[in-house]
Amino acid sequence: MIYFDKVTKRYGDMMALEGVTISVAPKEFVSIVGHSGAGKTTLLKLLLAEERPTDGSVFFESIDINDLPSSALHHYRRKIGMVFQDFRLIPNKTAYENIAFAMEAAGRSDEEIASDVPHILELVNLSDKALHFPDQLSGGEKQRIAIGRAIINQPDLIVADEPTGNLDPINTYEVVEILKKINELGTTIIITTHNKGVVDAIGKRVITVDRGKVVRDDAGGKYSL
Amino acid sequence: MNWMIFKRMLVAGGKNFTRGGAVSAATVLIMTVTLAIIASLIFLSALLSHTLATISEKVDVSVYFVTTASEASILAVKDQIEKLPQVANVTYTSADAALVAFRARHATDQLTLQALNELGGNPLDASLEVQAKDPSQYESIVSFLEASPALSSGGTSIVDRINYAQNKEVIDRLSLAIRATREIGLAVVILFAIASILIAFATVRLAIYTAKEEISVMRLVGASNLYIQGPFIVTGIITGVISAVVVLLLLGPATWYAGEKTVGWFGGFNVASYYADNFALVFSILMLSGIVLGAVASVLAIHRYLKV
Repeated sequence: MIYFDKVTKRYGDMMALEGVTISVAPKEFVSIVGHSGAGKTTLLKLLLAEERPTDGSVFFESIDINDLPSSALHHYRRKIGMVFQDFRLIPNKTAYENIAFAMEAAGRSDEEIASDVPHILELVNLSDKALHFPDQLSGGEKQRIAIGRAIINQPDLIVADEPTGNLDPINTYEVVEILKKINELGTTIIITTHNKGVVDAIGKRVITVDRGKVVRDDAGGKYSL
Repeated sequence: MNWMIFKRMLVAGGKNFTRGGAVSAATVLIMTVTLAIIASLIFLSALLSHTLATISEKVDVSVYFVTTASEASILAVKDQIEKLPQVANVTYTSADAALVAFRARHATDQLTLQALNELGGNPLDASLEVQAKDPSQYESIVSFLEASPALSSGGTSIVDRINYAQNKEVIDRLSLAIRATREIGLAVVILFAIASILIAFATVRLAIYTAKEEISVMRLVGASNLYIQGPFIVTGIITGVISAVVVLLLLGPATWYAGEKTVGWFGGFNVASYYADNFALVFSILMLSGIVLGAVASVLAIHRYLKV
């Protein structure tokens, strides 16, 4: 499903990634671990086509992302649900509207939105907070709304960049459980994390990145740096 | 773009504006100042035109006829002059009317009246006062008069004198002053308009800068550039329209208050009357400026955040 083929990314003189080759199969749950600055976020940015590789190619479902014109990127991104450490909810939209926005952007009808959004709010256990704005929600609630927004269009892949980085242990546990449930329903998930507990709780494939290189790739691995 | 997407952009733009709070209020305030400056420039331009027209009206060339010229021949000359495209107005003053006006003008000057009585009869000539549409056109009118065969009767000229030569320097200076004032006025209007537009642009740009994180999220969620831009453009247009309405409402009492007080200073130009008579024009200019400013400033401001 995803294939990084000898990918190198340089920012000026700084080497962020060097000759990285990774493949991810459909329905996999992959944790990418590594120290700060190891290149984890750069990997995700390349996958989202926020950045272009200096060398090598990134394939998604056999399509070389480099070949996509800028005008087609929004169509490509609709296939991926994104979850960020800092939630990145739209501040002047309610919880309901934040989730609905992803459907609106994908051109879904008003009827579909009215039917699906309440269902997702129920799934992330925030039906009673539908009309709350982000600044009226706790960190855990914001992240659950962000996950709701990521899954509303039933994407093939969810990419989560440090999704539990700003959460307390209870909310971390809830978010991990939601992501595991989504993966069990057939969605591929890639997360980056520093949190040993999260990696161990997931108990799936772990890719370790260090100084821009993949140094370990263990199926059913544990967190070790 | 279908109706559903258009409707969503309108709704999102409206919500962005109402939920924008202080940012929306600040943008409206700056845009109001910008449109108020544009409105002032409309009034300034009208005042300038009025003043220049008033000055131009005071300039004329008088053609004095010999006392033997018949009224019919003078009126024939008048008809010919009126047909010239550069002529705005021709007034005939008979010798008798000139005498009455002279006596009235010197009613308190006994010495002059006594001298006039001693002369006996009417020493004043009949005349035509010619007004050109533009002061720079007097020279060509005078050239026409000097070359016209209608000005002679039986080979003798019926014109006693034309006062253009003695007024030429004054008329030329006035023409130059009017032209320079028009050009400087236009330059000032353009300069102020550009300055106020740049201020409005900077404000809208700042408002959109505060939403740059929001825009990046929209891109990552898969929204198209058009779908991201749309609500911001709608918000910009709403800001422009509200600002225009505020300025139009403020202009009512402001011109009413200033109208009577300034009519003397402005040489008879009443801003309140001008506003009432030209409301449709002022409304159209301000509304169009508000809409275009809001929309264009939004498009330009958001453009840089839409790059991949």
